[in-house]
Amino acid sequence: MTAINVRGLRKTYGSHHAVDGLDLDVEVGEVFALLGPNGAGKTTTVEILEGHRRRTSGEVTVLGLDPGHADRHWRARIGIVLQSTSDAADLTVHEIVRHIGGCYPNPRGAAEVIDLVGLTDKSKAKVRTLSGGQRRRLDVALGIVGRPEIVFLDEPTTGFDPEARRQFWHLIRRLSAEGSTILLTTHYLDEAEALADRLAVIADGAIVAEGTPATLGGRATAEAVVSWSGGHREHAADPVALIMRLVAEGADLTGLTVTRPTLEDTYLALIGEAR
Amino acid sequence: MTTTSLAPAVSTLTIGVRRGGIELLQFMRDKTSLIFTFFFPAMLLLLFGAIFTDSYDLPGLSAAQVFTSSMIAYGVISTSFITMGVGIATDREDGTLKRLRGTPVTATAYFLGKLILVAALTAGEVVVLLAVGVLVFDMPLPSEAGRWVTFAWLFVLSVTSCGLLGIAASALVRNSRTAGAVLNVPVVALQFLSGVFIHPITQLPDWMITFASVFPVKWMAQGFRSVFLPDAATTFEAGGAWEHGRIALVLGAWCVVGLVLCLTTFRWTSRRD
Repeated sequence: MTAINVRGLRKTYGSHHAVDGLDLDVEVGEVFALLGPNGAGKTTTVEILEGHRRRTSGEVTVLGLDPGHADRHWRARIGIVLQSTSDAADLTVHEIVRHIGGCYPNPRGAAEVIDLVGLTDKSKAKVRTLSGGQRRRLDVALGIVGRPEIVFLDEPTTGFDPEARRQFWHLIRRLSAEGSTILLTTHYLDEAEALADRLAVIADGAIVAEGTPATLGGRATAEAVVSWSGGHREHAADPVALIMRLVAEGADLTGLTVTRPTLEDTYLALIGEAR
Repeated sequence: MTTTSLAPAVSTLTIGVRRGGIELLQFMRDKTSLIFTFFFPAMLLLLFGAIFTDSYDLPGLSAAQVFTSSMIAYGVISTSFITMGVGIATDREDGTLKRLRGTPVTATAYFLGKLILVAALTAGEVVVLLAVGVLVFDMPLPSEAGRWVTFAWLFVLSVTSCGLLGIAASALVRNSRTAGAVLNVPVVALQFLSGVFIHPITQLPDWMITFASVFPVKWMAQGFRSVFLPDAATTFEAGGAWEHGRIALVLGAWCVVGLVLCLTTFRWTSRRD
């Protein structure tokens, strides 16, 4: 069953095509990451899926409905983690989480959600006193308090320190384990690799590659680079065969390394081609 | 996950009332706007009352009492129109509206919350102004029930029309920092044109009275004078009477205009979508 289904999505501002013929399928229960450089159309796409923006053309369904004509019942089933907010500054963490939760038919308890995002000791603090990272965690809490079937996160860990990112990853895995579908955009390739079941690279408003972190862009079958002592370096589709040959030839193999392209190499190659 | 779709939606009324509570809580914690909204009209009243000490040719009617009743109209506009306009511009800018847009909160529930905020603040404002009038300027409070009935419908029509117009005006405001200044220009101008700061209104040129009669302020001020001043004071009105029917008609019409403007101009976000 698909949670998100997008065909030929276009969003045009004047003569600029922010999204230009994008296709996307996300299965129920999947963690899906959308990667791409700034201005590639990630945020525009996600905001169209969330019902925040109108599209120029194309077909979009999220949880079986068109987000462009969504009602409050549909909105009760999705959770949105906003990118940069400064609202509710004069309320406490607990007050705003309880208030937003109260708008949903079957919310999580405020204390439970606050604990999930690790803000329990800030529960009674005014939102304006939170640090940037704490504020982002509050945004996550507000996005999941309604027990959404699908959660949208647009660059959720921007500005997090490494420890906060690890905690956040743990939280996403937990939400996923509970059955939520998750769509996230990110700049961090390690994040996509750690979290995503599948990912897609978006460039110039269209998907240029899609797959699992291990197979994206032919990564699993790409040639490996074998290097060894004396500055030797060779590309090989089958590095094991090369090494066997080298051994047979009696080459000096101290300093032997075999490297496959990292996700970052693959990603940079993909967006480079698209340019 | 199935429980989500089976549980009944929270009603718009329930969410609207909760929004009202949270709006009030936030407003009370913002000390600057609290003080400015509540005490600016009271300060103006104290100043006008102290400057214009001459009394009218009517026994028991002082200029300060006239100002007190007229200034209630100013207080109502300040707490309903201005608070609404600035509040929505702020909500649009700080992400409140964007956040709510992604939840089951409907536009109706959001506005209901705002109207509750504005009605509560306006009631508080009226109490503050009446307290100044009674304690400082010896204004007697009416004892007849009929006058309080007039006060009640006048209050409801005034808050509703000004609140709805505030929602509509918020669409014209580019950002929240300038919202207060932008919205106060028509408000202050209309106070002068409508005889709130100048009394009796008959001192104003005829064209000015005609112009002011199109807008709600003149009728609100006249209405509140009809509640708190003796009937003999109608001699100082432009029409020589309290004109309750006309007041209700004009304010009712502005409620309709405000509602139509809200429905056609309200935007959840400030940027193009």
